[in-house]
Parts: sequence; C-alpha cells; structure tokens
Amino acid sequence: MSWTKKDLLGLEYLTKEEIELILDTADSFKEVSTREIKKVPALRGKTAVNLFYEPSTRTRVSFEVAAKRLSADVINIATETSSVRKGETLIDTGRNIQALKADIIIMRHNCSGAANMLARALDISVVNAGDGWHEHPTQALLDIFTLKEKLGKIKGLNITIVGDIAHSRVARSNIWGLTKLGANVTVCAPEMLLPVAIEKTGAKTSSNIDEALKDADAVNVLRMQFERDEGAAFPEQLDYFKRFGITGERLARAKKDIIVMHPGPINRGIEMSSEVADGANSVILEQVTNGIAVRMAVLFLVSQAREIKT
Amino acid sequence: MSMLIKGGRVIDPANKIDALLDILIEDNKISKVAKNIKAQASSIIDATGKIVAPGIIDMHVHLRQPGREDKETVATATAAAAKGGVTTVLAMPNTNPTMDCLESVELLKGIITKDARINVLICGAITRGRLGKELSDVAALKKSGVYAISDDGCSVDSDELMLKAFNEARQAGILTICHSEDKKLSGKGVINMGFNSTRLGLRGISNESEYKRVARDIELAEKAGAAVHIAHVSCRQSVEIIAKAKKRRVKLTCETAPHYFSLTEEELLGYDTNMKMNPPLRSCEDVAAIKQGLRDGTIDVVSSDHAPHTENEKDIEFERAEFGVTGLETELAVNITELIDSKLLDWSKLFEKMALNPAKILGLDRGSLSQGRPADIVIISADKEWAVKKNELISKSKNSAFLGRVLKGVVDYTICNGKIVQGCLLK
Repeated sequence: MSWTKKDLLGLEYLTKEEIELILDTADSFKEVSTREIKKVPALRGKTAVNLFYEPSTRTRVSFEVAAKRLSADVINIATETSSVRKGETLIDTGRNIQALKADIIIMRHNCSGAANMLARALDISVVNAGDGWHEHPTQALLDIFTLKEKLGKIKGLNITIVGDIAHSRVARSNIWGLTKLGANVTVCAPEMLLPVAIEKTGAKTSSNIDEALKDADAVNVLRMQFERDEGAAFPEQLDYFKRFGITGERLARAKKDIIVMHPGPINRGIEMSSEVADGANSVILEQVTNGIAVRMAVLFLVSQAREIKT
Repeated sequence: MSMLIKGGRVIDPANKIDALLDILIEDNKISKVAKNIKAQASSIIDATGKIVAPGIIDMHVHLRQPGREDKETVATATAAAAKGGVTTVLAMPNTNPTMDCLESVELLKGIITKDARINVLICGAITRGRLGKELSDVAALKKSGVYAISDDGCSVDSDELMLKAFNEARQAGILTICHSEDKKLSGKGVINMGFNSTRLGLRGISNESEYKRVARDIELAEKAGAAVHIAHVSCRQSVEIIAKAKKRRVKLTCETAPHYFSLTEEELLGYDTNMKMNPPLRSCEDVAAIKQGLRDGTIDVVSSDHAPHTENEKDIEFERAEFGVTGLETELAVNITELIDSKLLDWSKLFEKMALNPAKILGLDRGSLSQGRPADIVIISADKEWAVKKNELISKSKNSAFLGRVLKGVVDYTICNGKIVQGCLLK
C-alpha cells in the first residue's frame, strides 16, 4: 500500500494498515542513525518548520534530528519571540509559513484540534506534535514501535497505561493505535483522572494499579502534571505515588519481563521510582532513539503523499 | 392600500385553519380570510401552490446593537429576519450598554425606529450588567416597554436574588426568560460532555449543568407564582423536568432552537467552530427527547437563538472561539426539512411553535390571521430546495451551523404590518 494523507493529525484517523506502514518505514530508517554519516537524501531540498506553541525540548529536538537525517532544512519558530506575540492568528501564521514555500509544519499547540484546523486551512503537510489533550501521534507510534521491537508483535498484548488519562494526548493516541493493532489496553488512574466514556474506545479502565499490572506485558507510565490548573480535581502528589507509583515492589508482583515505558520527562518519585526508571525493565531511552526513526518515517511519508497529489 | 393573497394553503392554528383560501389585507390589517374573495385590491399576490402562514415570531435573537455593530446591526439582522420569514423578534439584552435601564432601552428604541425592517421587541436584563449581583428596576423596565426580562448568556446564581427577581416580575406583570446553566458545573466546557469530548480532548458541558438549573428556576418561579420561560432547552432531562412541572400547572413555557433537534454532537468531530454554541449540540438520545417534546407539546416554541459572531472570532482554535450560531435565515427551512418532512409536526403545529405560542407567551396581538390583527404573513414555496451558502447569507456574520446543507422551503414573501419586506410583486 502507499501513503495518501498529506497530514498526520492523530492515530484515530489512521487505519491499521497505515499505522503498520509507518512502523515498517521506521524500521528501515532506524539503521540510518547507526551509520557513521547519519544522513540520507530522502528530503533534500525540503523545508520543515517546527512551530511550537508550548514549551517542548525532547519532541522538538527529536523532530529536528529526524528531519536533518533526511537532509531536510529545518526552521524552528519559537512562538514567544515571533509575531504570534503580536496577536497573529494560527491560520495567518500557517499561511505565512506556506508562502515561504515550506513543505511541512510540525506543530505543538496547547489547544485540542489546532492541528486539524491548520491542516484544513493549508495545502502543505501538517504533522501534529501534540495538541491539547487530543493526540500526540508520533509519541504513540514510537511507543508502539518500541513494543513491537521488544515483543515481536502487538496483537494480543496486554498494555496498561497509568497516569492522568483525562488530560493526556499520549494516552489517547496510544489507545487508538494499540487497539487498532489488536492489543488489549487498560487505562489506570484515580477515578477523577479517567475521562468520561473512555471505555468506548475499547480500552478497559481500572483504578487499582496492582490489578492493572497483573497480566500486563508492558506498562506505559504517563507524566503527572501537578502544575496543571485543574483545581480540586487533582490528587495529592504523595498520595498518588502511594496508590499509583510504579515501584520495584509493585513490578516484582507483575510479569517478570514487563516492559516499562515513559514518554518523558520523568518525575522521579512521583509516577515511578528511580530504581524502576533506571532498571532492567525500562526502555525509556530506547524510546527516545526510536522516536527519531518513527519521525523520519512520518516526515517522509507525508511529503511523499503531497508529491503524488501535485 | 389593500392587498389580496390568492389561492394559497392558509395555515392559521389560532383559528384552526388549514385550507385553500384568500386573504385580504386592508389598512395593513387582516380584513378577511375566505374562499374566492372578490375585492379590488391595489396589489395581488398569487399564492397558488404555496403555504401562507402567520409571520414568524422569534423569541430569541441577539441583534448585537448597540455595542457590537461589527457582528450585526438592527438593520442587517432585521433584513436577515425578513428573508427568513420572521416578522417579529425579541432582542436579547446582552448588548453594550446592557438593556438594564430606561436610558439603554430608549437608545435601542431609537435605533429600531430608524433601522428595523420588522417588529423588534426588547428584552430587559434581570440584573444590572447581567452580572447576577443586583436586580434591575424591573417595574421601570416594564414601563419602558420591554416584553420580558432575561440575563441570557448567564444565569442568576443566587437563589435568593432569583426568587426576588421572580417576585418583582410577577408584581410588574412581566415574563422572565431563563438561561438555565449552572456555571459551577459547566465550567470551561466547550462541547457536550461524553465520548466525543473525551476523544476530541475538549472540556465537556454536562446535561446536569443545564437540567439542575432548569429545575431550580422552575421551583423558584413556582414559589413566586411568576411566569417563566426556559430558553434553548437542549437535553433529555430538561424536557422531562418541564413536562412534569407543566402537569402541576406551573406558569411555565419553554423553547428549543433548530440546531438542537437537527444536529448532534457528532458534528463536532472535525472541530468546526460553527458547531460551537451554548448549550452545546447534544447526543442522539437528547435530540430524540427534544423531538418528542416538540411532538407532545412539552416544548412550546422553536426560536433561533441567532447569535452572530465575526469570522475573526470563529476562525480560531476551537476552545478560544465564541459560542453561538446564526439562525434567522435558516430556521424556517430547517424546521420544514426536519419537522414537516419527517412528519413530526404538521403545518399548524409548526406555526403554533413559530408564531402563535410566542405571541401568547409575550402577550402580542400577532401570531394569527384573525380579522383585525396586524398583517404579519409569510408565503412559502415549501418544496423548493436551496443550499445554504456563506456568500448568500445577508446577516453580517456568517457563522451558520448549516453551511453547505440543502434545505427545503423558500420564503417568497414576508409581509410585516401589511408591507412587503421580502419578495417583489410581479407587475
């Protein structure tokens, strides 16, 4: 099959086959980063623009590295210092970038749906690098890529996602991607952090981490954003660690080879203990490495789709 | 001056008329409704094959003037209304200045006298600045000629203050219209709470935030013995609560808007800000309950909640975009398409909800074709289809939830106080 979408907005919008195509393409790009000269000419002459409305280091840098390894030119726009501060609307900013003849906008935005809106308004490709609580497709793709690399398959796996599911785009994208590929997903959180009707995605819910870990082949531990302004709807930090924190003791009761993932940055001692973060089951740094291959695949595929269309 | 409307299917629920009849208008009033009227009229409209009905009375319209003339003005809104078959609107008080005192009401009246193409009635504010802190002078507002009071867009949170408002409204003999929403529950929500708010990653607005406040407003009105009208009912439980209260003979009426029975929350899946309004588009079950409420008479009125906003306020990130959609130009056609075509209501029932009931609720001598009434009439090609196109809408704002849709029912003529305000006479 070939890729036909000019944008990557979320995993909800992709078929199983499209997700598999990204993973397969990422697989072939992974080797590039192991070469002495870490570069292929796939996107030579293309321009990718990182448009980040939210502070982000790892995702932005990962996209930048991915684009550069494909030989694309990369421009970073920090919205704090751009005309966005002067009140320019998102669509106007997008149209200006398009007028510069850029090929891809990689956008992080604090409003859910911002990438959908920008993609609709523009002819050039839009890759969603996280929008509000909605989706963070490349994070989920690199999580899935890592799982597949470790366990050989996705179908039939039991994956537990623990943390602030309600406000997490990483959780949503993972749920869509994993369920489409046939995994059994359990989301685990204090009840106040489980979003309404989440079980309609096909994920099971739990508020007991020990139960949710029992048969899990992997646990994806989300960052707890205690700085979030949601008022009373947030648990106490210490209480959260006691009830949901991933510790060595908890892991000892889970499957021996359980894989521990985290999208970073980690709050050590809040959502997981240091011994787990640095332990034998952790694949957290491999996720970072795989992120490059997955993002190379996404940038390559969306720009290919545009070429077919034009 | 006289006018004869010949051969149309005349719908007049007040007089239980649904028949092929002629209508004679003399001195801007209905002078006769009968078969084959033989009269020398200065103008004649051939209404063969068309529906002829009382002009629409829209109880829920935001004119935006004074204060936000960039969104809409009395001139543009009333032109849009005339195009949509509307002959009377009730203007909501959330203008700048707020319609909370005599001076503001007089200011708007001046604009209406100058610019309005149809009848514009004013709704005063319950509280000063619609802030929910201090009551307006309800008696003075009534004297200044407002037809109802409402803090539309906001609900008066304090039970004590709301009870006091109902008491004053009863004493003044004026209707209170309630925007029933508990902000403590709806918070920063932007769409209906449910699976769709979860998958879109948007904050939800629960049914609870509406129906709990509906229940409270009814309870307080009942206690005060005041007449209350619940605005824009959108959810299942509100319909149930209102149906129950009506059985107790509370002085209670309510309205819904066309989008609440023709669209569901599924419309939001593309983050279309033209589908963003408050209350939000609800679930299929809620839509079914609204339809049932229209059929069984629990819901008395369909009004547009015409809420114009500029493109700058809509063409932005979903959660930052304004709430509200326009409706004056589309409400009749949406109702024909959704209610008449599906046989949910017949023509008489539809014009009960769009003309007769609003007239009764507001105490107007309009909404019927009885002899001697002001000649407010709409003539419709009911089977003619049209596509809603942005550049063909004449409202100053284009934020319609029905852009791109094909609707049934074209207004050929709107006659307001005996004068043609929409449509041209063939010479």
